[in-house]
Amino acid sequence: MTTELLIWLIPLPPVLAFFLIVLLTNKNKALSHTIAVGAALLSWLGSMIVFVQALGVEHLGEHPLGGEPINWLPLGESVDTYFKIGVLVDPLSAVTLFFVAWTVLMIFLYSVGYHNFGQPEGDHDHPGLPPHGATVEEHGHQRSSPVGKHVVPSIEPMYSRFFAFIGLFAFGMFVLVLSDNLLTLFVGWEIMGLCSYLLIGFWYAKPSARDAAIKAFITTRIGDVFMLLGIAYLYSRAGTLTFSEIFAEETLHTLATIPSGVLGLSAAGLIGLLLFIGTIGKSAQFPLHVWLPDAMEGPTPVSAMIHAATMVSAGVYMVIRMFPLISLDPTTMAVVAFIGAFTALFAATIAVAQNDIKRVLAYSTISQLGFMIAALGIGAYVAAVFHLVTHAFFKALLFLGSGSVIHGMEHGVLHTGNHKVDPQDMFNMGGLRRKMPITFWTFLIGGFALSGFPIITAGFWSKDEILADAFGHGHTAVFVTLAVAAFLTAFYTMRQITLTFLGEARTKEAEHAQETPWTMTLPLVILAFFAVTYGWVGIPEHFPALGGLVPNWFHEFVGGTLAEHPEAVEFSVWPLLTSLFVALGGLTFGWLVYRNVNSAAEDRLQIPVLKNKYYFDEIYDRVFVKPAYWFAETVIYKFMDQSVIDGILHIFGPVTDRLGSAIRNYFDLPVINRFFGDGSANVTYWFGGKLRAVQTGRIQQYLMLALVVFIGIGAALYFFLLA
Amino acid sequence: MVPLSWYLIFAAALFSIGLFGVLSRRNAVAILLGIELMLNSVNINLAAFWRYGDVLQMTGQVFAIIVFAVAAAEVAVGLALVISVYRRRNTVVADEINMMKW
Amino acid sequence: MTGEQIIFILTALFTLGSGFMVVTSRNLIHAALWLVSALFGVAVTYALLSAAFLAVVQVVVYIGAIAILFIFAVMLTRKDMRDQGPQMNSNWWFGALLSVLVFVGLFFLLQGWNGLSRTASEIPAGFDAISELGDALISPDAYVLPFEVASVLLVAALIGAVYVAAFNRK
Repeated sequence: MTTELLIWLIPLPPVLAFFLIVLLTNKNKALSHTIAVGAALLSWLGSMIVFVQALGVEHLGEHPLGGEPINWLPLGESVDTYFKIGVLVDPLSAVTLFFVAWTVLMIFLYSVGYHNFGQPEGDHDHPGLPPHGATVEEHGHQRSSPVGKHVVPSIEPMYSRFFAFIGLFAFGMFVLVLSDNLLTLFVGWEIMGLCSYLLIGFWYAKPSARDAAIKAFITTRIGDVFMLLGIAYLYSRAGTLTFSEIFAEETLHTLATIPSGVLGLSAAGLIGLLLFIGTIGKSAQFPLHVWLPDAMEGPTPVSAMIHAATMVSAGVYMVIRMFPLISLDPTTMAVVAFIGAFTALFAATIAVAQNDIKRVLAYSTISQLGFMIAALGIGAYVAAVFHLVTHAFFKALLFLGSGSVIHGMEHGVLHTGNHKVDPQDMFNMGGLRRKMPITFWTFLIGGFALSGFPIITAGFWSKDEILADAFGHGHTAVFVTLAVAAFLTAFYTMRQITLTFLGEARTKEAEHAQETPWTMTLPLVILAFFAVTYGWVGIPEHFPALGGLVPNWFHEFVGGTLAEHPEAVEFSVWPLLTSLFVALGGLTFGWLVYRNVNSAAEDRLQIPVLKNKYYFDEIYDRVFVKPAYWFAETVIYKFMDQSVIDGILHIFGPVTDRLGSAIRNYFDLPVINRFFGDGSANVTYWFGGKLRAVQTGRIQQYLMLALVVFIGIGAALYFFLLA
Repeated sequence: MVPLSWYLIFAAALFSIGLFGVLSRRNAVAILLGIELMLNSVNINLAAFWRYGDVLQMTGQVFAIIVFAVAAAEVAVGLALVISVYRRRNTVVADEINMMKW
Repeated sequence: MTGEQIIFILTALFTLGSGFMVVTSRNLIHAALWLVSALFGVAVTYALLSAAFLAVVQVVVYIGAIAILFIFAVMLTRKDMRDQGPQMNSNWWFGALLSVLVFVGLFFLLQGWNGLSRTASEIPAGFDAISELGDALISPDAYVLPFEVASVLLVAALIGAVYVAAFNRK
């Protein structure tokens, strides 16, 4: 098994799991999750082997793993030219592969417990709705229910289907990460778009879930259309979509100098801009961010998958991959940096006013992605990749942790039987650190990593590097914006932790919360491990005290992806102080404010503008959605379809009918039937009637007739032959 | 020294008279009488040709003998038929035996 | 005008006259008897033609059998002893016309034949017509087959006539 073959095989187990579950094992829940988790394990194993091999290669950027591409589409230009596709493992895809494999495996394992495997089937559970609990007649640990039996969480009715879909999702991500050209990257991109639709709308009987799925799909589609335009334009100008060929010196130079004719941008600039719009959609940047918070309608592992491990990371990954092209045009870079920084701050302000535990994390994701995009916009290549990887780990951790919290809260809801209590509202929680200790500690680690707690969390190292790059290269506006956003990040994170875990339980349901099974807590622990330690592979050299102890492996390794190795920024104390201040300050401030807040009414930051996300959903609805509906209904449906098209069709009926009747009455009946049909019969009848007079039955007349004819023939013969 | 033509014309005239009888007589037996005349005229023809051709060839006479036989047979059967019809339909008028009309 | 010719003319007139009476007699018995005389005239004609055997056979068979048969048939098919009604049918004039036409046509055809005025050749001495005829009738090189077939025909006619005219079993 060569490394090249192994790389090709990495995406295979999850898609095989998808087909097997869909076609064969849908009814058998245990077999389905075994196939799925087994597939994730196989892909993880393959990825680790490839990663270790990649580590061993000198100058991986110049000699990437992957082998020869294969001929795929025959092109018509001349005989034997093909569009080639292949796999590529260079430093960027190696580190991406690492975190994708780990987070995917953790999420798969987590899903087994999240969907309550091993629990009985629900009382009135319905495929399409979240499970609602099963009544069991046993000695439970609570006798609070009046009748002596109590309700336990029930297994998800569509259990196998979930694993099939996340299998397909994992396949899409692996394809995207391992491809060596833009086309297969786009294929993986679109597969994940489909799966996000399928999974956000997993509980399809809920109208809010259906709407959220459509919203996600259409919003990302807008981005995808522009991305496809960019790919097409790139192909028409460069003649290739393979990364190594695009990033060749002459190609880049050509693209940078041809004017595109639009807005004064060069070809490279326009392509970069179009591709970036795809990322705006996929990674939920402003203005296409509206789908991501609503995507919380899906089950929590889906949120972790989409918003941490895979889909949104794919958007950033694509920009990182195309960095040599995008960085050619300063206008495009400015746009990228602006959107990234703006989104980071914008989303952070909204997160501060959210009460749903998952919504806070959603806006937090948008904000952190803004950080990465802004880093790319200012040219901080390595910092962006670093933050991408660390963010994947701690965001996945936070989402899975929140899922654990919600599970615990639902346990309490089933106990008390009060279904009006929202298990996701943070103001219904409190004091959960005692009831769910593992969840608490891992969530704390994740939250600190998100906030950038110094030294011991990975988020500190990556975020600090972005700020250092911004400061060091003189992008002051970006620096300040990101710093404020980082402060808000720490603030709302601590708000979240305080309201959820610290203090006392604010509701009965929170009192009856329970820790979740090992299939859910083990992934939390493993991800927490990475959230702590991963930062230490990227310690800058000139860091006080710690720098130089461990070489900055990450910078060396990932920096080798680019043709020109980026230089590490010069160390300055100011960005370091800034990040320490914003991190610690935000955390402290958040704890101070919220340790005494017990309900939403007391929360002074519940400003309506923030709570309603700056009314963007309403604006989009008014400006885009309602006119589209009006157009579809009135113009196309009522006018075009019913009046015009159906009108034309409705003419055919009467016209054909009249034509048929005319033919029948004016031609068929008189001519064919009467004239020819009856006419010939009548003529024959008349002739027969006349002729039969000959047959009198009197032989003498017969003889006379014969003689007449005989004489006639004789005379004729005589006169014509003999005379 | 009777020329052949006399015999032939004689036979032709007898034939025509017989034909007239066949065509015009009402009684079926009378029709058969006419047929006899016609057959006899044919025999005269045959005999004349024998005599006025090669006398050594007996073909003419043989033919005439055969005609005798045939005529006898035909008269027998014909009269039997007429008698049978008379028994059935009680008439010998040829015009009344017309069941084969349309 | 030789004697032969005169005899011939007389015989011919006699025969034709009898024939005419055959077809125009109202009384059927009279018609049958006139047929007898016509047949007799034909026998004389055979004799004139030196066909002695034919003449005798004519008298014996035709007059002696067939004419008698006619007389019997006439007697057996009379409803009553009187002949009533016309003896010619309604289209007799057309029949007459046709007969005349046939005669004229035959006459006309005969005129076109150049062997018409042939005269009879001498019969060689010692020519025995009857034995020659007998030879011809039974000789395999000659006409034995028609002879036999004619006898079969007569048997068939005999049986047929008997069957057809047999009494109906009521």
